[in-house]
Amino acid sequence: MEDVIARMQDEKTGIPIRTVKSFLSKIPSVFSGSDIVQWMIKNLNIEDPVEALHLGTLMAAHGYFFPISDHVLTLKDDGTFYRFQTPYFWPSNCWEPENTDYAVYLCKRTMQNKARLELADYEAESLARLQRAFARKWEFIFMQAEAQAKVDKKRDKIERKILDSQERAFWDVHRPVVSVSLSTRLWYCTENWTLMRNTSFIDESVYGLQNDVRSHSPTHTPTPEVKSYVCSATFPCHPCSLLSYTEQYMEYDPFLTPPDPSNPWISDDTTLWEMEASKEPSQQRVKRWAFGINEVLKDPVGREQFLKFLESEFSSENLRFWLAVQELKKRPIREVPTRVEGIWQEFLAPGAPSAINVDSKSYDKTTQNVKDPGRYAFEDAQEHIYKLMKSDSYSRFIRSSAYQELLQAKKKVQLLGAPRQRSRLDVDALGPLRAGRHRKSASTLCSSGFRESVDVLSSTAFIPLHVSSVIYGTLLPSLI
Amino acid sequence: MLFSPWCALEEQFIANVSSPASAARARRSGRVGLATASRSTSDPHPAEMATHELHPNDTLTTLKMESENLKAKLEEERAKLHDVELHQVAEKIEALGQFVMKTRRTLKGHGNKVLCMDWCKDKRRIVSSSQDGKVIVWDAFTTNKEHAVTMPCTWVMACAYAPSGCAVACGGLDNKCSVYPLSLDKNENLAAKKKSVAMHTNYLSACSFTNSDMQILTSSGDGTCALWDVESGQLLQSFHGHGADVLCLDLAPSETGNTFVSGGCDKKANVWDMRSGQCIQSFETHESDINSVRYYPSGDAFASGSDDATCRLYDLRADREVAIYSKESIIFGASSVDFSLSGRLLFGGYNDYTINVWDVLKGNRVSILFGHENRVSTLRVSPDGTAFCSGSWDHTLRIWA
Repeated sequence: MEDVIARMQDEKTGIPIRTVKSFLSKIPSVFSGSDIVQWMIKNLNIEDPVEALHLGTLMAAHGYFFPISDHVLTLKDDGTFYRFQTPYFWPSNCWEPENTDYAVYLCKRTMQNKARLELADYEAESLARLQRAFARKWEFIFMQAEAQAKVDKKRDKIERKILDSQERAFWDVHRPVVSVSLSTRLWYCTENWTLMRNTSFIDESVYGLQNDVRSHSPTHTPTPEVKSYVCSATFPCHPCSLLSYTEQYMEYDPFLTPPDPSNPWISDDTTLWEMEASKEPSQQRVKRWAFGINEVLKDPVGREQFLKFLESEFSSENLRFWLAVQELKKRPIREVPTRVEGIWQEFLAPGAPSAINVDSKSYDKTTQNVKDPGRYAFEDAQEHIYKLMKSDSYSRFIRSSAYQELLQAKKKVQLLGAPRQRSRLDVDALGPLRAGRHRKSASTLCSSGFRESVDVLSSTAFIPLHVSSVIYGTLLPSLI
Repeated sequence: MLFSPWCALEEQFIANVSSPASAARARRSGRVGLATASRSTSDPHPAEMATHELHPNDTLTTLKMESENLKAKLEEERAKLHDVELHQVAEKIEALGQFVMKTRRTLKGHGNKVLCMDWCKDKRRIVSSSQDGKVIVWDAFTTNKEHAVTMPCTWVMACAYAPSGCAVACGGLDNKCSVYPLSLDKNENLAAKKKSVAMHTNYLSACSFTNSDMQILTSSGDGTCALWDVESGQLLQSFHGHGADVLCLDLAPSETGNTFVSGGCDKKANVWDMRSGQCIQSFETHESDINSVRYYPSGDAFASGSDDATCRLYDLRADREVAIYSKESIIFGASSVDFSLSGRLLFGGYNDYTINVWDVLKGNRVSILFGHENRVSTLRVSPDGTAFCSGSWDHTLRIWA
């Protein structure tokens, strides 16, 4: 990736960077989204602008360049302006920032010129939380922030502008805006956010969602209406995870939320079961898939959809490998040796038709295991592939248009009938996206208003990714 | 290195005490690295302390004392990492409303005490077993009996439905677990197709299919659990560690998980790794036999019901008990527990003929259900959570919703 960036930044053959005059001030060192796409098509042998867009979005998600006006880390093929990230902040430097660094940064922001750099709601909340968490060290953090602010003041105004935006983008990557209220609460509960992000044991739906939000395009401020239990715990708060799980699934629990159309045991009507058995998944069911990769893998229809999506991306071998190994573990012991051989030939042997990508350590171990085949021969490889799917393919699936369509297709039908799902959708989100720092609590729309907005959204081309995740995010049931 | 002849004895004590060595194993299987890391660096490694040189003079009593000391130290360490109480955090959630749960179906047909039941994945069929050796498969929705098998032994204490819905497994005093394939032909003699899978040296207390029809996990009065290959009857893995009869087990609900929890008469609930056969976590806070264990739907916690009239919730990541569900007025043991789909409700069947419904997070009882005329012996929530079934010594099963 960095080679491509270097080429992009090249003075002569790279993307033209210019200073744009806008209103009263000059915007230094920017280039537009369409510039990037054009350059990529020309220089990287990409034919399809969609592919270029996709590649660009991925690079933006990692923080190599960013839009200057809002926190959304994606690429848009139009006139919106972007800036390159300074190499100091590149991910390859393997600098995983600590919460203390974030605290210093936020503190420094508050000391600077308020009008220009006011903290967004989510940033203010995290600052408050960090202040509580670091109560003992706060003086020290404050001093550091002061020192940094002093240095900044000495710099040239334009240079400062650039650096500020780059720093902000860096933190957007490492401390993204969490749009889903549930995840926000979770995030507040943990001291060590990076630990949560990197630990492999978190495979359950609740924490899974947190993981995926990182690569999500951050959206506008989350709805502060939501009750947040910011508990005083400083360790990873386990009771909160139980709470969040329960809350997330409350609408699916027939004892707490009467099922739609009816509970078969009470009404003697088996429509509910017939609906579940049909190939058409209900909106509720589709929504559940977004809770975590386990939900998708558990539901046969979800698996099918996921597989279809991956096939369209030509990366279905990962999921097929995972499914094959699961199947292997379910077979009688007699069949194990032949199946192990079959899986090896299909996925891992040199020159395999559906070759998967595993790290060398797992590969060596698997090679050893295959010589003495047992049910757990592919355990390491499977774990690696699972993590890969969870962090990469799964999040793309949830953001994909196929998934969003499934989610929205039933929504319209749902809204006509059910007033109980109040949607908290930001009205402003329908217009051109702006830096939403000053936005306060979202308005509650009535169902007809929402219906209109769905139609508007489906027609405008450039909104899908962000706003649909907003819709998706805010349609999670309001806290009871 | 220990050369003392007390080696083996000492090792047994170590095995029984859940030492930070097992915490290290738990770390591998994926617990919070933060918590365990700080624990192991804070104090001199207790396991090391215990493996000091043993003198031939050390008697049973001194070793026992050392074991008790280590246990106390462990509790201390666990308490240090304890942050917030579940009930404290749960105060901010809204309380549950009134529940109206009634018996929607009553299944009559067993001639004697119903001991165990299980749901089929199709959400309407159940299999139940009783003291007179009968195993019946019902369509609970229509209350029709679909199959009936008579086992050669009495007290069939365990039964399970295969995930495909094509077979049932059962066992009890015959020390075996047998699998019967279910055929659509009602006239066919099912008993003829029986396949003996598990062989224990004492009664079979619980059995469960893993994710497939091809493997069965069993627990037995001989103190062990075992994983068997159904087709060949081969023992795939055995699990040793309980000091007394193992009464119950439950598999973790995750797609990728490889663990299960078991509870026994030694008052301990152990969490096992199916692949290695090791006990990765152990909890000993009950005051009497643990009759039933069930995972919380997310797989991060489990509940247990015991003869000491309490149900308790254990959090696997925090590695401790986080809630006790008890009342002064409840003095009879809980024989069976299960969670509702979201994990907010815990249903407990008790020996005083009632079913208590607990709010898992807040810790209070939300409802008490009457209807059975003898002790409730088994209780399971249906796979989609729309209802739960309870079986009792009054020869009937009831579906509640």
